[in-house]
Amino acid sequence: MSLVLEIIISICLLLGAGFALVGSIGLARLPDFYMRLHGPTKASTLGVGGMIVGSLIFFSTRGEGVSLHEILIAIFLFITAPVSAHIVGKAALHLQLPAVERTRGLSAINRSDIR
Amino acid sequence: MLSTVIPIALFIVSLALVLNLWRLVIGPSLPDRILALDTMYINAIALLVLYGIYQQTAFYFEAALLIAVMGFVGTVVLSKYLLRGDIIE
Amino acid sequence: MTPSTKTQDTETPVSFWRRCWPRPVLSWLLWVLWLLLVNELSVGHMLLALFWAWLIPFYTHSFWPGVKSLRRPWLALKFLSVVVWDILVANWVVARLILRPADRLQPAFMLLPLDVQEDFTITLLASTISLTPGTVSADLSIDRRHLLIHALHVDDEQQAIAQIKQRYEAPLKEIFEC
Repeated sequence: MSLVLEIIISICLLLGAGFALVGSIGLARLPDFYMRLHGPTKASTLGVGGMIVGSLIFFSTRGEGVSLHEILIAIFLFITAPVSAHIVGKAALHLQLPAVERTRGLSAINRSDIR
Repeated sequence: MLSTVIPIALFIVSLALVLNLWRLVIGPSLPDRILALDTMYINAIALLVLYGIYQQTAFYFEAALLIAVMGFVGTVVLSKYLLRGDIIE
Repeated sequence: MTPSTKTQDTETPVSFWRRCWPRPVLSWLLWVLWLLLVNELSVGHMLLALFWAWLIPFYTHSFWPGVKSLRRPWLALKFLSVVVWDILVANWVVARLILRPADRLQPAFMLLPLDVQEDFTITLLASTISLTPGTVSADLSIDRRHLLIHALHVDDEQQAIAQIKQRYEAPLKEIFEC
């Protein structure tokens, strides 16, 4: 495998790992649940996406033909991440978890037609 | 080069998993814990993909795909349980 | 997107053909999915994939909601590339937001008045909003006219809502509903 390819794969893997870490840092340190929801749904999903791209390049350039099946994982994650974020958020609204006080528009979540 | 980069990436993802575990333990609410579990399975997929490249085998692909499917179902079912107090209505 | 453009011409009103292939788009997707799953491009697997692509829609099509035809494939492709670009670029922004002191963030709940009314389009819009960083769709009002959105950091709610409407909702409405 050529050096250029190795560098590209390494960048993909490290970027992916970095985004996964950022997502988890967001989960660990942000002050309320609704803000914590942001890290995992986006950064972690993109992190796995980056690693999948790296893996795709790695297995496709080994001389055994193109290998695309990893892309299924990425597609599945990108379809399901918003859905699980939505339903966990819905559960949190149902349990009336507190949001930090400076959040704007808090009156919106108390409307009767929302919850 | 990859043989040094992959262990670094594995370390970073493991660090992310430890942070998730911390959120899982301290909570404070149930949706927080569900969210932590959700993130943990996504990071587990990342670990499996990395390990697959490290071992140069595609065997771990099926495991990663299964974790993706089952993790999603688990998250939805747990949230649904919180919403309704019941899974099948 | 290629599967759906291919099926455009098979959707001519031959009723026998429609009975045998109730969901052409789904069939093509299943065909590609099976080939990806086995990760092999042999004639045998292509035929087996064709069999699954026929069998599964044939026996399950009564469970699926109504057929949604793609009005403008090219616009859909453009929308997809805009979304992918936004995911990539704006993730940097969110990464920076997450890493800076949390008391400088200004989170907000916003109500997005919906112009799109069909289930499928609302689902796509909500997913797009959740995937593009900075915003998560958290709930849909009971009358389906408002989407509750939580934003991690927003300076001007009116402007953020206008941007979502113009950047994501308008193309979706044009692709699927107009």
